[in-house]
Order: sequence, then C-alpha cells, then structure tokens
Amino acid sequence: MEYYLSLFVRAVFIENMALVFFLGMCTFIAVSKKIETAIGLGIAVIVVQTITVPVNNLVFGFLLADGALAWAGFPDVDLSFLGYLSYIGLIAAMVQILEMFLDKYVPVLYNSLGVFLPLITVNCAILGGSIFMVNRSYNFSESVVYGIGSGVGWAIAIVVLAGIREKMKYSDVPEGLRGLGITFITVGLMSLGFMSFGGISL
Amino acid sequence: MSNVKEILLNPIFNNNPIGLQILGICSALAVTTQMSVAAVMCIALTVVCAFSNFFISLIRARIPSSIRIIVQMTIIASLVIVVDQILGAVAYDISKQLTVFVGLIITNCIVMGRAEAFAMQNPPGLSFLDGLGNGLGYSAVLMSVAAIREFFGSGSLFGVEVLPLVTQGGWYTPMGLMLLPPSAFFIIGLLIWALRAWKKDQVEAPEYQIGQHTAMSHS
Repeated sequence: MEYYLSLFVRAVFIENMALVFFLGMCTFIAVSKKIETAIGLGIAVIVVQTITVPVNNLVFGFLLADGALAWAGFPDVDLSFLGYLSYIGLIAAMVQILEMFLDKYVPVLYNSLGVFLPLITVNCAILGGSIFMVNRSYNFSESVVYGIGSGVGWAIAIVVLAGIREKMKYSDVPEGLRGLGITFITVGLMSLGFMSFGGISL
Repeated sequence: MSNVKEILLNPIFNNNPIGLQILGICSALAVTTQMSVAAVMCIALTVVCAFSNFFISLIRARIPSSIRIIVQMTIIASLVIVVDQILGAVAYDISKQLTVFVGLIITNCIVMGRAEAFAMQNPPGLSFLDGLGNGLGYSAVLMSVAAIREFFGSGSLFGVEVLPLVTQGGWYTPMGLMLLPPSAFFIIGLLIWALRAWKKDQVEAPEYQIGQHTAMSHS
C-alpha cells in the first residue's frame, strides 16, 4: 500500500507531467485562460488517463510485448514496434467511446466536458503516460495508480496556471510579452516551484 | 514560384509554429539541453511533418471527413514508427536520450495541425513544402533554445567545448539552471518577446485596459 502511495505522490508532484516533463503543453497554454474551463479539461484528462494507461498496459502485456502472444500459440512473435500505433489508436477510440457514453447516459457531464474530449486525443500527456508506463515496465496495478496520479498532477498544474492568469490579465505587461510570452515565464516560475519537490525521496 | 518560396519561408519567421501558433511546444522544451540531441529531434520532426503532409494530401479526396482524424493519426503514427526504428538502428545513443519524445511526435500539434489545416486542401507538392517549412520553423526555435542552453549550461556547442569549465581548469562556471526545466520556459518566453519586438503585428491585444490615471482622483 505504501509503495502505491509513494508512486502516486511521485506521479503527481515529483514527476509532474506538465511542469517537469513538459507534456501536454499546447493545451496547457491554450486552455488556461479561465479557471472553470481549466477545471473541466483537468477532470477530462484525469478520467481519460485513468482509463487509457491501464488499458494500454493490458494491450502491451497481452498482445505486443516480446513473447506476449504465447497464449495464442505464437511464442516467437514480437510486435512491440507497433506500440505507438496501437496506443494512439486506443486512446482515440477510448475518447470516442467515452464521448458517446457520456452523451447518452450522463448528459450533464457531457455538456461540461464534451468540448474538451476531442482535444485530449492530441494531448501529449495522455500518450506520454502510456509510453512512460511501458518504458518503466509497470504492472497492471502500478499502471492504474500511475494513470490517476499523472492525470491529477496535470490537472493541478493547469488549474493553478489558470488562477494565476486570471489575475495576470489586470497587470501591465510589456507589449511583446503580452499573452503568450508572459505565460511562458509564469510557467517557468511554477516549474521552479515544483522543482522543490524533486528533493523528496520516496 | 514566389508562392513556393512563401509557403516554405513564411512559417520560419512570420507564422512560426511555436512563436505564434502555440503548437508543438512540449518537445521544444524537453530535448533542448544539448544541440546534437535537439538537431536529431528537428530532423525527425521535419521528416515526419513533410511526409505526413505529402501522404495525407495524396489521399485527401478519398478520406471521409468523419474519420479523417483517425486516418491522419494512423499515417503519422506509421511514419513515426519508421523514424523511431531508423533512429534506433543508426543513432542509438541519441535515440536513448530522446526517450519518449520521438514517440510524442505523433501528438505534436504541428504535424496534426498542418495536416488538418493545409494538406487537406492543397496538392501533394505544396503540402510537402508546407510541412518542410513548418518543420524548419520549429527547428529554428528549437536550435536557438538548445544553443543558449548548451552554451551557458555546459559551456559547449554541439558537444565541442567553447568556454573552458572551472571543473576542467578553465574559468567558466556553468549555469546549472540552464540545464533544468524552468530555464526552457524562460528562454522561449524571452524569444517570443524578441520576435514580437521585431514583428510588431504579432503583439496580442490586451485583455484588460488599465484606466487612465487622472490628477483629479485625490480630491
């Protein structure tokens, strides 16, 4: 239990997807002008990440890894080169299914998250989570914890940035830095803050 | 002919994918601690971007619009797999340092964005050039960030020592911060500032105007 807790904390703070690995930056910068939209996108990322990382773990473990097809009678087959194609296909499919499911059964949630779901397919944090999971050879339960943790870390980062940007718009920023430039510098300072977690060893 | 030149050169300065379109920033930040690694990343991205534009444009008339994203994804992912396998065979050490970021070219918004915005409407030849131009625009930013970070962070360029380090009997104390994540954000922020100071039309309109200060207010 303690092991999973430390894996979770590491995924949220020490190895924060957005501020330490720079993943999902495009949406991170583009959709962080308002706190409400940032919260919506953050929740959508947590949900999708929690589903796709474990599912990709199963796909890798039972279909792609070297010798994984032994159960089907092909012990010598190594399909791991198909990894990227399968992960992204699976992510796109999952997002589509989630969108249809929410539309049909939970319309309230669909109305608030719906617009963000298509954005998530091209969010590198999601694909990055799956690739990291494979590179670090997590097992199934580790991948569940890692999926939730990395999603939560990303969501925290974008909500905090949106909060700062809402205040920032009232400040008198030099012309050329307005908008994008000052946002980068803000994110840099946030990343500096998150580096202080790097000293924690779990 | 001027059209071709415009498509190729426009994305480098006037419509830079990173500076103005806010696309493909993730890898721009992550792989820029060393110029040699950044150069490999630039080549990989430019190749993928140019060829994905080319192939998508070739079959653009046959892609049903409802599933076009999946079709584009599949083409891009296949190209990335090819590039990844080649890198693993030819430049194994560098591909190890790039870790997940070669794979993340798939979700790099520059590639997707250009496929969606340009290749779906234009003939293959022009699309190829557009992909090449955007790849070069990305490379221009990436290489300048990498040059700054490697020069100040390790006192070298492309791994060749320029400033002799204190640790090796020289005089230059490397700035450790330059090799850490935050510096990448600061450098890109400042680069955008420089670019916009030069090209005034890229400056964003203020969201909120601070009221005029009037002398009457204290009375």
